Amino acid sequence: MDIISLTAIELKEKLKNREISAREIATAYLDRIKDKEPEINAFITVTEEEALKAADRVDEKIRNGEDLGLLAGIPIAVKDNISTKGIRTTCGSKMLENYIPPFEATVVEKIKEEDGIIVGKTNMDEFALGSSTETSYFGTTKNPHDTERVPGGSSGGSAAAVAAKEAPLSLGTDTGGSIRQPAAFCGVVGIKPTYGLISRYGVVPMANSLDQVGPFGRNVKDAALLLQAIAGHDERDSTSMDINIPDYINSLTGDVKGMKAAIPKEYLELEIDSNIKDSLLNAVNVLKDIGVEIEEVSLPNIKYALPDYYIISTSELSTNMSRYDGIRYGHRAESFVDIDDLIIKSRSEAFGREVKRRIMLGTYSLSKGHADEYYKKALKVRTLIKNDFDKAFTKYHIILGPTTPKLPFKIGEITDPVTMYKSDLFTVAVNLAGICALSMPCGSANGLPVGIQIMGDRFKEINILKAAYALEMSLGGEM
Amino acid sequence: MPYKTLIGLEIHVELATKTKMFCSCANEFGKDANTLCCPVCLGLPGALPVVNKSALEYAIRAGLAFNCNIATHSMMDRKNYFYPDLVKGFQITQSDIPLCSGGYIEVDSKNGPKKVGLIRIHIEEDTGKSIHTDRGDSLLDYNRSGVPLIEIVTRPDMNTKEEAQDFLEKLKSTLQYIEVSDCKMEEGSLRCDINLNVIDEERGLKTNITEIKNLNSFSAVGKAIEYEEKRHIALLEEGKNTTRETRRWNEVENKTVVMRTKEVAADYRYNTEPDIAPIVIEESWIEEIRRNLPELPHHKKARFIREYGIPEYDAGVLTQSKDLSFFFEETVKFAKDPKQVSNWIMGDVLYRLNEEGIDIKDLRFSPKDLADLLELINEGKISNNIGKKVLKDMFETGKKPEDIVKGKGLVQISDEGELKGIVNKVLDENQKSVMDYKNGKDKALGFIIGQVMKATKGKANPQLVNKLVLEALKEK
Repeated sequence: MDIISLTAIELKEKLKNREISAREIATAYLDRIKDKEPEINAFITVTEEEALKAADRVDEKIRNGEDLGLLAGIPIAVKDNISTKGIRTTCGSKMLENYIPPFEATVVEKIKEEDGIIVGKTNMDEFALGSSTETSYFGTTKNPHDTERVPGGSSGGSAAAVAAKEAPLSLGTDTGGSIRQPAAFCGVVGIKPTYGLISRYGVVPMANSLDQVGPFGRNVKDAALLLQAIAGHDERDSTSMDINIPDYINSLTGDVKGMKAAIPKEYLELEIDSNIKDSLLNAVNVLKDIGVEIEEVSLPNIKYALPDYYIISTSELSTNMSRYDGIRYGHRAESFVDIDDLIIKSRSEAFGREVKRRIMLGTYSLSKGHADEYYKKALKVRTLIKNDFDKAFTKYHIILGPTTPKLPFKIGEITDPVTMYKSDLFTVAVNLAGICALSMPCGSANGLPVGIQIMGDRFKEINILKAAYALEMSLGGEM
Repeated sequence: MPYKTLIGLEIHVELATKTKMFCSCANEFGKDANTLCCPVCLGLPGALPVVNKSALEYAIRAGLAFNCNIATHSMMDRKNYFYPDLVKGFQITQSDIPLCSGGYIEVDSKNGPKKVGLIRIHIEEDTGKSIHTDRGDSLLDYNRSGVPLIEIVTRPDMNTKEEAQDFLEKLKSTLQYIEVSDCKMEEGSLRCDINLNVIDEERGLKTNITEIKNLNSFSAVGKAIEYEEKRHIALLEEGKNTTRETRRWNEVENKTVVMRTKEVAADYRYNTEPDIAPIVIEESWIEEIRRNLPELPHHKKARFIREYGIPEYDAGVLTQSKDLSFFFEETVKFAKDPKQVSNWIMGDVLYRLNEEGIDIKDLRFSPKDLADLLELINEGKISNNIGKKVLKDMFETGKKPEDIVKGKGLVQISDEGELKGIVNKVLDENQKSVMDYKNGKDKALGFIIGQVMKATKGKANPQLVNKLVLEALKEK
């Protein structure tokens, strides 16, 4: 049996029917990781011992006839900015190279409660600042489709791990596209859930009002399964909402007749790779064929989304980063003359260029005399963008668009930060509006995957999943 | 005098909630260092703050007690600065919209009652504590990190140190009444900074505001104001001005010294705390808190005057602390004369409490015991002076007054026959004094009475002795 080619849903079934053991699954994936890592570098830490122990517990449960959790026996890779108790959580930074959290993120607790098997912590841009994993202190992750190219970022490790079949499922975080863009680059499904659907407790913040954890899978159902397991209110996160979570998996029938979708005309006017545009329009036609009504819509303020995003996210980031002062944990400079010197040296030594750049951008936006012009104005613009989406969702179930303006670029190709920031052109508005979106493969160009982005209203994950599943079926299943 | 001093205060008060502001760690003073900490109050990456509802309730209680408006919609903000005892590199506080705004506290001034305006009361978290050792090391204790605070900012409405001190007394007693804080300055649960400047009204000049920190008692506040006032006036008279700066009160040298200048205004880069959802407070909750507010000190004072007919001064002293006012009212329930109760509490009881440094809550006897003691005096069973001795015994042993009186044989001698015999004996033994009295030396009477009291070990009924001595002298 080719274990690593089975979907997560299939693994679950075979485990339940005792055709395969959790240990066999874990071993197959750990072997695959050993095999692929020298080439891909998707992981910062592989937790072999813990994974095997967890798998044995699942097998014992099966032997005892106990009920199994939603994720029983499924290997899951977790982005390294999600706290794992007793396992180092580096955020891809020298600052936290040796930081071992004494507590568990709620999403990790949930995975464990649902009998999921955590196989390791994945590589990422330092503190999630980047679109390529090139800013990681632990080296760049390679795109499994072309190892000279980046996997996208910041959750590049999680996307590459799934694409390279080093794990059937993984968790990423998405602040401005950090799940969707690498999903598009690596040809997998990545979901950015509605702000407040999933607890952020234990997730090292980049920009707290934008961050959200989400799943990667090789297909829509697999990703939906992990979403199901981690969604829900958490009293430790006052921004998580107490709402009923629908049964995602059983809603995926492939029937989308009568569904209304919109394409923002502003997206089509932006500079976009022609291959991506072609794939997108092809997917749109496929959706039309299976009964989705599609119209153009105008989201007039969406053109401000990118600068708005960079002001708000760097402002929040700059204050989040202040806790890394070398006093209690994290990197501390070896020699210093006083407290100020200790803090300055520790931070100067342990933060990479991109972290420093964004701290400075955010600090500037929040400074006296600039806050009104930047930070406070950006908050107002954010409301306008949100209103645009709210208005659109009164008429449409979903909004379609490209995930990225360009195909995966080569490692080292983009050196100018603003060009890099433009990778997020189509994804950031979703985070500003707090709505949900996913990216899924919709074709390929020059052997590289192309992603389509499907956006939905707040807490209407069900709509984007239904559309995505139907599209996936029509395009011939998992890519 | 052409000079007018303007004083504003900034007061930080730790709320006496069971748990901290954003986590479930215990809010306690004096525990071993770093034993009351968790990922949230240590600001570990990814840990999230969740607002403690009782901290909000306590702050609203304070706001209502001081006549403030309560914001139904507010939020928490981040105040950014680096310091080792600040675990996140920012303090979670309130900037643009404080929970409570406006309001006032009425203080006594030379010209009668006066309202000192409050600008705002906001909620925030306390920092940890840096301890600097003699060896030059800095140790950090994060038990205090995340303890809920309210910051109360007044308008510069006070003009004398007496007004400032009265303001602080009123503030403290009210906060204690409504059980929002224990307000112990020595434990840091009440901390006060002064902002002060002086105006020369004749010449239309004013000094720059200086801020004074490190005040560890209300008397230090008074002394620091006095010192600064003089310093500002002296500079004005020399045609100079003060520097905008923060000064520290030096308790040992009784003066203020420069801490830092404020030439470059600090930029705390306030921004909304995105981890905490906006704070929405229902009107109905505010009303519920208002309904449940206990009687406040100034209301109680007015009621004491009205209900018990005691002088305003007495009512003021007795209502300064909730426990003292409670002790008074309980005693009055069992006693006949509220003024007598007031005299005893303000006199001997408070004197002994201060002397021994104990709290009224820790008294060994009950209000009923005090009432019983007064009854023994009123019935003439013991004299006032013996009563004081009995009270001292009650303080020390907690015994019932009747038992002390019986045990020590202190019952007053009111038997005329018995006393007459003693009086006559004393007169016989003091012929010279009798002669002196007869010759118009009134002082001799006091001496004779004193001798009778001495002969009875103080147990004689003083009024009766007085009467019998006068009668006996007439007969001589």
